[in-house]
Amino acid sequence: MKRRLILLVPLLGFLVLSIFLYRGLSLDPAQRDSALLARDFPAFEASTLEDPERRVDRSLLEGQVTLVNVWGEWCPTCKQEMPQLLDLAERGIRLVGIDYKDTREQGLEFLEEFGNPFEVNIFDPEGELGFELGVYGAPETFLVDRDGIIRYHHTGYITPQDVREVILPEVQKWQ
Amino acid sequence: MLIQMIPEIGHFALILALLMALVQALMPLAGAATRRPLWMAYARPMAAGQFGFVLLAFLCLSASYLLDDFSVANVANNSNSLLPWYYKVSAVWGNHEGSMLLWILMLAGWSFAVACFSRDLPEAMLARVLGIMGLISIGFLAFILITSNPFERLLPNVPGDGADLNPLLQDFGLIIHPPTLYMGYVGFSVVFAFAIAALLGGRLDAAWTRWARPWTNIAWAFLTVGIALGSWWAYYELGWGGWWFWDPVENASLLPWLAGTALIHSLAVTEKRGAFKSWTVLLAISTFSLSLLGTFLVRSGVLTSVHAFANDPSRGFFILMLLGVTVGLSLLVFALRAPRVSHAVGFNWLSRDALLLINNILLIIMTVTVLLGTVYPLLLDALGMGKISVGPPYFNALFVPLTVVLCLFMGLGPVSRWKRMATGELWRRLALAGLAALVIGILAPLLYGGEWNLWVSLGLVSALWLVLPILRDLYDKSRKTGLRRLSLAYWGMVLGHLGVAVTIVGVAVVSNYSVERNVRLAPGDSVQVAGYEFAMTDLQARRGPNFLADTATFEVRREGATRSFTMAPEKRLYLARGMPMTQVALRPGLFRDLYVAMGEDLEDGSWAIRIQYKPFVRWLWLGGLLMAAGGVLAVADRRYRRRRATAPAGKEALA
Repeated sequence: MKRRLILLVPLLGFLVLSIFLYRGLSLDPAQRDSALLARDFPAFEASTLEDPERRVDRSLLEGQVTLVNVWGEWCPTCKQEMPQLLDLAERGIRLVGIDYKDTREQGLEFLEEFGNPFEVNIFDPEGELGFELGVYGAPETFLVDRDGIIRYHHTGYITPQDVREVILPEVQKWQ
Repeated sequence: MLIQMIPEIGHFALILALLMALVQALMPLAGAATRRPLWMAYARPMAAGQFGFVLLAFLCLSASYLLDDFSVANVANNSNSLLPWYYKVSAVWGNHEGSMLLWILMLAGWSFAVACFSRDLPEAMLARVLGIMGLISIGFLAFILITSNPFERLLPNVPGDGADLNPLLQDFGLIIHPPTLYMGYVGFSVVFAFAIAALLGGRLDAAWTRWARPWTNIAWAFLTVGIALGSWWAYYELGWGGWWFWDPVENASLLPWLAGTALIHSLAVTEKRGAFKSWTVLLAISTFSLSLLGTFLVRSGVLTSVHAFANDPSRGFFILMLLGVTVGLSLLVFALRAPRVSHAVGFNWLSRDALLLINNILLIIMTVTVLLGTVYPLLLDALGMGKISVGPPYFNALFVPLTVVLCLFMGLGPVSRWKRMATGELWRRLALAGLAALVIGILAPLLYGGEWNLWVSLGLVSALWLVLPILRDLYDKSRKTGLRRLSLAYWGMVLGHLGVAVTIVGVAVVSNYSVERNVRLAPGDSVQVAGYEFAMTDLQARRGPNFLADTATFEVRREGATRSFTMAPEKRLYLARGMPMTQVALRPGLFRDLYVAMGEDLEDGSWAIRIQYKPFVRWLWLGGLLMAAGGVLAVADRRYRRRRATAPAGKEALA
């Protein structure tokens, strides 16, 4: 009888493993870094950098996969990031900027000098929207799908390698 | 008219295959339980029929790809009218649905092969084996038909062109890697079916192992080649020169390989000595279970991996159910039917039996190590203890020493005898070889690299320890009996062990002596790397069938040599997906590879270029091929052919 019980050990081991595998099915391994992943982009109401009269809100980000880039004139790495963002825009990806803790004048100057890959820029001088997004600093980038849900979060400078290996596959995935 | 119906014909063929699998499973199993020859006789024709219809479905899907039928969702998502025809064919299995269809085609193919090549098997045994394989087919055919139909149509809005095959998969390596790997994975279903059939039949003698051994060797050989091809593909296609990443998907293929390696050794002990009976059955079940687990891990997306596959929780749930039912039931059968008292076969602790037992234990420890490392992030996550990833440091820290210990015993195995042997004799056979291995292994890094390197020495000593005693044994045998008298099975073992040694040398050298340089180059510039001069002579843009490319041309010359050769890496932009790809330029050699990859365009006309020098990297895969050749050679042994020619089946079982 004892021997028979020993023969049950592999079965028990497997059953325990399957319980974990079953749990694993409902967990998302990619949900690692941002609490905002798979959540709606936070609601906001702000004017655009380009035109103080134009008010925009969440609906701006719906209907199309969009990369939302948080930048500022005061941020040196944002300048290094611009060629990659221009490259992404050239590939037909829609980009929306958040000009974060900046003055209108400096922000527009920045775009003049380094190019403007953004369809439109949300003006966020007090950093309120940035706070809602849990932004630590600039640059940071969020991928928002057509339903306005955050699907990917990139902290820091997007390298040309990131464009190829991370951003484009992510954009494709949600397109 | 008929051409437009191809996807429906394929779909219908799959349904018919499912029905045939049902009959193939139920009738023979019931027949074997109630001893009705007529019911058992359903096994062979149904296996053939099932294979025929699955093949038809597979051909239909291939035809849809070749004819650019973008009304089929699978084709529209994974092909493109500009894709060259051979990639259209390989695109069939470059996606979830198609690769599952390939999986089931392999399973049906193996069943058909068993039906064809087992004329001497007792009817009841064959009925059970094919019945069990039929059960597995039912599960996977139902999986495809219910959750992953490859023939789904996009009607009425048919896309004008397809989204194209992922450029990473547009490559020769990917044409052959998945089929080979699947042949291995699925091939283990045969030994699994034999083991369960033996348990159900209640006759757990050595006979089933003799029938199962050739099938196991072949499956193992396919898996070995499949893994080697995967590693080779990652090496040249991903563009950073790595050859093993301890990625969950790679581990998923390594797990059944490790267990399968233990299995082919354990089968030998059971066949020759009648020992380890329950253990061998358990290994047979485990090996196929790990193949299924691998399928689950890859297809369900529960683990993050560089292999980004489409994930769908309902599919994951279905495969988990399949896994649970198959493995759970077989382990239950094992617990209920495995021999109550193991037939005690005496052996000394210094004997081939004991060494093979140690080999098995070590291989199982390695399997568990890799399994734990692979599912650990999942376990922690499920327990709510945070998200982590287990990286190469964990695997290397455990796997490398375990391999060294394994080699220590592996060197002894081939020169030992069954049952018992005198210490003096073993000493006489090994002392010289051991000393030579130590001396050469320790000195070689000094001579090659100029300074001593522990890891290289460890690798070389291990490898030589595997090879030298065998060489010495061969020398003894050639003097006593002549090499011609040695069986093919023996030569298979020699090749297999030699393959392991060759791979170990490759791993040790390439991990420690590789040189990598990242440089900024424009046409006219040159750079020295590892004794070679790389001069960039040209930079041009060209157009391929479905991509645009920047091609750099390098004149490469060995220092002091007058002859030079050309290397031309490319940076491609694939049009349909707008996805850039690095096309590596390789100069392969038995003792070193030169590897040039283009990084980024640095805008002033220069490029970031990655140049690598990879010594002995080919040995990694060469070793794999040798191992596989060894496995196949062992199957060609006279023993298996003679049995088919003369011995009547009934007596054979008693022998």
